Amino acid sequence: MRTGAVFTRLAHTKRYTAEHEVVNFDDETGVGIVSITDHAQSVLGDVVFVELPQVGTEVSQGDQLGAVESVKAASDIYAPVSGKVEEINETLAGEPGLLNKSPEDKGWLCKIKLSDPSEMDKLMTFEEYKSTYEE
Amino acid sequence: MVPFAGYSMPLSYGDVGQVASHHYVRTKVGLFDVGHMVQSNFRGKTATEFLEWLTPSSLSSLKPYSSTLSVLLNDKGGIIDDTIITKHAQDAFYVVTNAGRRDEDLSWFAQKLEEWNSGDRGKDGPVEHEVLEGWGLLALQGPEAASYLQGLTSFDLRQLTFGTSAFVPIEGFNLHVARGGYTGEDGFEISVPPSQTVEVAQLLSRPPVQLAGLGARDSLRLEAGMCLYGNDLDETTTPVEAGLSWVIGKERKENGGFIGAEIVLKQLKEGPSRRRVGLIVEGVPARQGAKIYTPLGHEEQQQLGVVTSGIPSPTLGKNIAMGYIQSGWHKKGTEVAVEVRKQLRKAVLTPMPFYKPNYWRG
Repeated sequence: MRTGAVFTRLAHTKRYTAEHEVVNFDDETGVGIVSITDHAQSVLGDVVFVELPQVGTEVSQGDQLGAVESVKAASDIYAPVSGKVEEINETLAGEPGLLNKSPEDKGWLCKIKLSDPSEMDKLMTFEEYKSTYEE
Repeated sequence: MVPFAGYSMPLSYGDVGQVASHHYVRTKVGLFDVGHMVQSNFRGKTATEFLEWLTPSSLSSLKPYSSTLSVLLNDKGGIIDDTIITKHAQDAFYVVTNAGRRDEDLSWFAQKLEEWNSGDRGKDGPVEHEVLEGWGLLALQGPEAASYLQGLTSFDLRQLTFGTSAFVPIEGFNLHVARGGYTGEDGFEISVPPSQTVEVAQLLSRPPVQLAGLGARDSLRLEAGMCLYGNDLDETTTPVEAGLSWVIGKERKENGGFIGAEIVLKQLKEGPSRRRVGLIVEGVPARQGAKIYTPLGHEEQQQLGVVTSGIPSPTLGKNIAMGYIQSGWHKKGTEVAVEVRKQLRKAVLTPMPFYKPNYWRG
């Protein structure tokens, strides 16, 4: 393991919600990248449509942010943290399947500039999140 | 796996996703296990008359070994269930009804049989109802279904056109095969005695046949414009409102004589107040329960109806939906608005089926 890589990662914190979102927060920029979890994409099946918020939208934790739809059903996405939507993943419009192939990386949904970074501490760690769907 | 009508059923099989499975049935061949559906026989000298009392179909003029879509109606003309009725003879019918309506249907049959057999009409010859408990039902569907099945039988399947059925020898089994299905593709529904279900299912699921689940079944039927009981049909909906007037026999439209006829004939004459329609919704899929409103920019926002089924169509790449709308707004090409996630979205009334079926008509 290279020490440099560990230090880079320290600036990033990943936290999860019970609604199957994950926020990858960079405390240098104050921006969190919002995705759905790998577990969520596997339950949803083939994602065929993603509705995302407008860039510039101010959201509060728990507000509806958009939706991810498979042929069978629509799943709402809620804002895991409060802040301003800085960027959305435009490639999802033409390639919604990225959510299945790479949910937490290439299939990211949007970037939110957190208004209150301490909200991150109230979200779940991976182990806590995992225990919500594993008996 | 999901719970469905008391069964645990797969939405999809293995790692084949719903969309891939849907395309596979449209282009090749898939096998659906629909053994949860309720299969029945009605036998007896007055079986035709009895079923013509329970449904608005013309069964006396139906040819032997032919099937028709039909509806069981209550006193108000509301649909208790939709069903496929196959006539074997004047005194013998094979009927398939929905698993989700099993309790309602069976108690309705029992109640009406008792009434019939103890009344004047049943005295000429009582009718017996037998539920085929434990029987399997397999739906082989897709453009390659016929060539696959032909490889297992000496019976010339070209003779078996859409809407007809026959007992077909399949590798030593003698099975009731009805040409049709719930996908809009050519295909067969094969009824299997309890002791042969596993063997026949194995026989019918060799490559290139792919097993297909409830997920693909729903998206295929919706593209084909077919109703799902519980979504698109219920006991408060009449066949006239549901766009199913075509299942009502010609002379039955004049003479009635079936349960619910009073309201159905009145609606046929005066027109229903709401109608089932197809919609294409711009931008986002509209799901069951989405409200239909007057078009964007219309002076007064007024609710016109509701969506009963909706999906992003895998074949068409558009968001298709069916629902009920006030008469007057039901013409094709009419623009309306549908509410999804608190936003009104443009939608256009579109004739169904959304996908043109490929049936074998000989």
